[in-house]
Amino acid sequence: MDLKNKKIIALGERDGVPGSAISLCVRSAGAEVVLDVTHCFV
Amino acid sequence: MADRLGTEGMVVILGTPNAESSRLYGLTVTEGDPSWAGVLAGANLNLPVYHITEPEIKAQIDPGIYEDQVGLTEIVLDTDEIREALSHVRKGDA
Repeated sequence: MDLKNKKIIALGERDGVPGSAISLCVRSAGAEVVLDVTHCFV
Repeated sequence: MADRLGTEGMVVILGTPNAESSRLYGLTVTEGDPSWAGVLAGANLNLPVYHITEPEIKAQIDPGIYEDQVGLTEIVLDTDEIREALSHVRKGDA
């Protein structure tokens, strides 16, 4: 899956990788983030 | 989101902490909510879904940014199990 120019939904989790971290990563690969959330189930 | 923007070119990237949560998120954005409890029950979005640590995703990310943002977490995640769970979701046999 080539991320370049893709629209990314970043679904992060507090106990895993946060959405904000995913966003920074995929933007460096040329993707556009259209939704960025971090869920917490504690 | 999918209704507003359309699903063309849309990809879901997960930061889930284990295989089971990855499978649940993955099924929800492909076949619809498997618990039939949420608004995505029965919604067959069929969105491509990957975990941020999967090799084909990681390889496209700036290594310095990946290390800063994901590096420490990746050490404690069972990335093989997560990759296997999402592979089954993508094949439709989760």
